[in-house]
Amino acid sequence: MAEDKKEFWRWKEYNWHDDTKDWKSAETITAGVDVGSVSSQAVIMLDGELYAYSNMRTGSDSPDSARKAMDWALEGTGLTLEGIHFIVGTGYGRVNVPFSNRAITEIACHARGGNMMYGNTVRTILDMGGQDCKAILCDERGKVSNFLMNDKCAAGTGRGMEVFADLLAVPIEEVGELSLDVEEEPPPVSSTCVVFAKSEATSLLRDGWSKKRVLAAYCSAMALRVVGLLERIGVEKDFAITGGIAKNSGVVIRLERQLGLKALQSKYDTQIAGALGAALFAKTLVEKKRKQAV
Amino acid sequence: MKANYGYMDGSGEYYITIDTDPCNDCADHPCVSACPVGMFEIIVDDYDDEVAAIKEENRKKVKYDCAPCKPVTDRPPLPCVKACPADAITHSW
Ligand code: SF4
Ligand code: SF4
Repeated sequence: MAEDKKEFWRWKEYNWHDDTKDWKSAETITAGVDVGSVSSQAVIMLDGELYAYSNMRTGSDSPDSARKAMDWALEGTGLTLEGIHFIVGTGYGRVNVPFSNRAITEIACHARGGNMMYGNTVRTILDMGGQDCKAILCDERGKVSNFLMNDKCAAGTGRGMEVFADLLAVPIEEVGELSLDVEEEPPPVSSTCVVFAKSEATSLLRDGWSKKRVLAAYCSAMALRVVGLLERIGVEKDFAITGGIAKNSGVVIRLERQLGLKALQSKYDTQIAGALGAALFAKTLVEKKRKQAV
Repeated sequence: MKANYGYMDGSGEYYITIDTDPCNDCADHPCVSACPVGMFEIIVDDYDDEVAAIKEENRKKVKYDCAPCKPVTDRPPLPCVKACPADAITHSW
C-alpha cells in the first residue's frame, strides 16, 4: 500500500480578523494584496488600522491566488470586495491582481509596511521572501532611499529552506529551533545554491552528521549570504526583517550574530509586511483622489 | 533613491546603481539612447517620479549584456556613465 508522503515544507496557511472593530463605522477601507512567488497575502485596513488578513500559498495562477487571498481575508467579516475603497496590488504578481486600482512594487510596499510594523526608527529592512531577498534602506516615513535585490536563484530564500526541510524530513516551522540545538556551531555549508547544498547535505548526513548539525550549517550559510547583500547596501540602525524567514530563529539569530546587530521585534505577522504597505499606499492614494475631487 | 539593478552570484557582484534623484529634472534622458543594448528605460516610479531604470529582462544578465562595453584591457569610459550629465550611474564591476 502506498504510504502518504509527508510534506515537511508545508507551512500553515491562516486568516484573521479583528472582532472588536466594525468596518461599517470606518470612513476609509483599503486593502493590499501581495502575490509573491511562493505565498500570497491580503490585508484589509480600516482608517489605517489593521482589520483583517490572510496568508496562503500562491497557486499556479496569479489572478486566482489574489482572489483567493482576498476572499479569505474577507471571510467572516460581512464586508465585500465592493465595499473596499481602494486596493493596491504588489509582489511578483502585482500586475495580475484583477481587482486592484494600482500596482506598486514590493520594495516600496515592504518599506512602508515595515515602517508601520516596526516604527519610524527603522532604517534597514531585509525582506527574506519565497524566491528573492531584498535589502531596503528607508527614511522615517517609510520611503525607500536605497534598495538591492537578489532574485537570481533560490539560495537564501524561503523556497530554499522548504527544499531543505523536505530533504531532512523536518517540519519547516521547527527548522530554526532545531538548528540552534547544537553544541558547537558547524562551518556553514559551502554553497547556498539549493542544488549543490542539497547534495552537500546528503553527503554530510552520510558522514554521520546529525540533522540538527546539517540544519545549523545551512542556516548559517543562508545568514552569511544575506549579510553580503546587507553589507553591499550598508546597514543603518534600526534594522528589521520581514517575510517568512523572519520566523526562522536559526537564520535570524545567526544573522544578528554576524551583523553584530539585533533585529527589531514586531507584534505584527512578518509575512504581511508587503500587503500591509500596499494597503497603506491605498489609503494615501484614495485620500489624494478625494482631495482632488473636491 | 539609489536603485541597484543586478545580482551577486558565486563569481562576484554585478550591480548597476542609478541615483534616481536627478532623473526628474533630466530633460532628454541621454542614458536611454547611449546604451547600445537598450538596457535603460524611463519609468514612473512608486512615488510618481519619472526616473531611469534597467529593464526587467536585463537585470539578471547585466554581466553579459555589458560585456561588450567592458573589454578586459583598455576599457573606455562606459557609454551610459559618460552620457549621464548628473553622474548618476555607477557600475560595481
Ligand atoms: S541620464 Fe542620468 S539623470 Fe538623466 S535619466 Fe539617465 S540616469 Fe537619470
Ligand atoms: S555598460 Fe554599456 S551595455 Fe552596460 S549599461 Fe552601460 S552602456 Fe549599456
